[in-house]
Amino acid sequence: MNAANHATPRIVVKDLNFYYGKFLALKNINLDIAEKKVTAFIGPSGCGKSTLLRTFNRMYQLYPQQTATGAIMLDGDNILDKHQDLNKLRAKIGMVFQKPTPFPMSIYDNIAFGVKLYNNLSKNDMDERVEWALKKAALWVEVKDKLKQSGMGLSGGQQQRLCIARAIAVKPEVLLLDEPTSALDPISTAHIEKLIDELKEDFTIVIVTHNMQQAARVSDYTAYMYLGDLVEFGDTSTVFTNPKRKETEDYITGRFG
Amino acid sequence: MFDLYARRRLTNAIGLTVAILAMAFGLFWLCWILWTLLDHGLPALTLKVFAQMTPPPGSSGGLLNAIYGSLLMTVGGTLVGTPIGIMAGTYLAEYGHRGWLAPVTRFINDILLSAPSIVIGLFIYEVYVVQVKHFSGWAGTMALAIIVIPIVIRTTENMLRLIPSTLREAAAALGAPQWQIISFVTLRAARAGIITGVMLGIARISGETAPLLFTSLNNQFWNSNMNQPMANLPVVIFQFAMSPYADWQDLAWGGALLITASVLTLNILARVLFRQRASTH
Amino acid sequence: MDSLFHNLTRLAASGVLVLLAAILFSLIKGSMPAIHAFGFGFLISPDWDPVTDRFGALIPIVGTLVTSFIALLIAIPVSFGIALFLTELSPRLLRRPLGVAIELLAGIPSIIYGMWGLFVFAPLFADHIEPWLNDHIGPLPYIGPFFSGPPMGIGILTASIILAIMVIPFISAVMRDVFDVVPVMLKESAYGLGSTTWEVMMSIVLPYTKVGVVGGIMLGLGRALGETMAVTFVIGNAHELSKSLLNPGNSISSALANEFTEAVGDLYTASLVELGLILFFITFVVLSLARYMLYKLGQREGKVS
Repeated sequence: MNAANHATPRIVVKDLNFYYGKFLALKNINLDIAEKKVTAFIGPSGCGKSTLLRTFNRMYQLYPQQTATGAIMLDGDNILDKHQDLNKLRAKIGMVFQKPTPFPMSIYDNIAFGVKLYNNLSKNDMDERVEWALKKAALWVEVKDKLKQSGMGLSGGQQQRLCIARAIAVKPEVLLLDEPTSALDPISTAHIEKLIDELKEDFTIVIVTHNMQQAARVSDYTAYMYLGDLVEFGDTSTVFTNPKRKETEDYITGRFG
Repeated sequence: MFDLYARRRLTNAIGLTVAILAMAFGLFWLCWILWTLLDHGLPALTLKVFAQMTPPPGSSGGLLNAIYGSLLMTVGGTLVGTPIGIMAGTYLAEYGHRGWLAPVTRFINDILLSAPSIVIGLFIYEVYVVQVKHFSGWAGTMALAIIVIPIVIRTTENMLRLIPSTLREAAAALGAPQWQIISFVTLRAARAGIITGVMLGIARISGETAPLLFTSLNNQFWNSNMNQPMANLPVVIFQFAMSPYADWQDLAWGGALLITASVLTLNILARVLFRQRASTH
Repeated sequence: MDSLFHNLTRLAASGVLVLLAAILFSLIKGSMPAIHAFGFGFLISPDWDPVTDRFGALIPIVGTLVTSFIALLIAIPVSFGIALFLTELSPRLLRRPLGVAIELLAGIPSIIYGMWGLFVFAPLFADHIEPWLNDHIGPLPYIGPFFSGPPMGIGILTASIILAIMVIPFISAVMRDVFDVVPVMLKESAYGLGSTTWEVMMSIVLPYTKVGVVGGIMLGLGRALGETMAVTFVIGNAHELSKSLLNPGNSISSALANEFTEAVGDLYTASLVELGLILFFITFVVLSLARYMLYKLGQREGKVS
């Protein structure tokens, strides 16, 4: 499905099948992720939206029984290729999770952690990078006086922005957001949504959300998935106002799910 | 950039290799020890071991009196320790929500759980053996009971806590008094887990040597009088293994295989039993 | 009936406290003659002479501490490796059986370790390892003197190694359990940045669980300090203080195991009881710290989830 044909595709998914052991969880998925746009995956729980997201940085690889076939092309390179270097891949594709996951270290070190994996920066450069990332994540003003304090001491919404800052500090090309606001209150959620809007200037963003309003608010393209199938994919406005498929309409109008 | 990256990969490879080696290292000792036991113990385990008394040095014999003494004291220790342990564990799980007694008891119990067993032997020596002025099977039984109690308390409490409170509420809604709820509903529901704990306790005391050294001591002859010093496998093994006589050393190996086999069997049985019950619930 | 049941269980629970008090009281009472005779000097005196009735605890205390310390030095890295292997590397199929195998190692009665150490390990150690240590490490400055001495097989070093083998299963079981409480998502976040498994362990898992890891180590230390049979067989039971780890020495528990039933005279017996009291005190402190730390980790775990 190539709804995003008027934008440059950054990631191209071709004939992707995904297995949990013998169970087929993603069925022949084809879609393009547009560069510097926000693409949202929606659908009822268990539809495979998170699973699809986790193939992009091969997070599933941590679990031996999970396998994927097909191709996911990034910069002309197949992500699923056996010889793909996972560490380098994950430097290019950052990820933020359902719950805030600050590392057990200071705010500064949380950001520096990922950067140190790839660059040998001087103290000054590192300070600058940390400041840059925290500013990008709209967290700088709140934490600039307590960079040495533990990241665990921040509020939930701040922690999640810290995780976003941590992910973008590595300067990835793609940012994967797996239900990033599901554990947050409405005000923090609004913060994050505003942030997503700003971040798409620099990053290609893929977001999984169970909240349809959120998908409508933040995304340019929306993919509706159901039981491992990609049911519909297109411009967010089209999918929400004028869906082509009956199933999509039923879901977004709240008739089921 | 490449240097940094290559170094990270190398560190990772070294770290993980060392982890695999550590695992192999651990298994290596287990295999070696078990192999030694089988190698030395199996030839020594003849019928005579189960039919004859411990011999004087230089002549042949068996371990019958020691096996018998060990059984008596292990069973005795378990019978004394288990009810006390279950009651105390029940208190911690069912009544221990407020007040200072429960948290303090829990803490002390966790410490007694791994307190040096030789000190327990010393304690019984001081409070019992010194008073009655002779070593005895009873003293050994008491020392073993003290070792069993903390183990049973710990597992009883843990198992009772796993019982969903809805079960208690359902019973309470029928108007059952609390003592009935506890003894007929929750304790019964936690039965498998508590039995597991008791089995682990038995496994632990059947191999204990140190607390018996100053309590039951040893006895060369058949003795079923708990008021007399009583032979038991661990102390006999200790004495025979440290001796210069080949006959005694052989018997020690046989005895060692015997207790290891029973301890490991009990351990595995306890696990299997617990897992079966856990999966059917 | 209800209150009877309540009070009965409460009585049993209080029994634990009474037991602790009774242990302390009886040990103190039993060691009174020695305390009167030697005072605090008992702790630092190297004497141990039943003939002249001069007793001091220095040698067994040092032996206990040194063997336990060396045992931990060996056991900590190995246990960490085992726990890492079991939580992150092991194929799913092997995970349970390997975990059980390590736990079985913990179930083997300590007297078996002692026998095996005396009959199997010590001779090998004397024939192959100790001469090598003498030749290669002995001449080195600073650490050399620790490793030169008669290759007899039994001694402080042998006892330490046997102790290490004994406490490895305890420490690795606790480490594995605390590593398992690290939220999956936290680890995935670190992997998501491109960290290697080793980096995730060292920078995320270990800092997150450090209280529990230290608690587990202290638990192992508690075991090592109080272990009797495994040490008694191989430590050599010599009341002498030597720089060399290859020389025989003594520990509190093996002094008790070897001498207590044969001790004659009030002062001799009382000195041994006082040794037991010291051992109980040391392990009590160590185990309290261990429990406190594990308890703190449990508390934080509750807060995060």
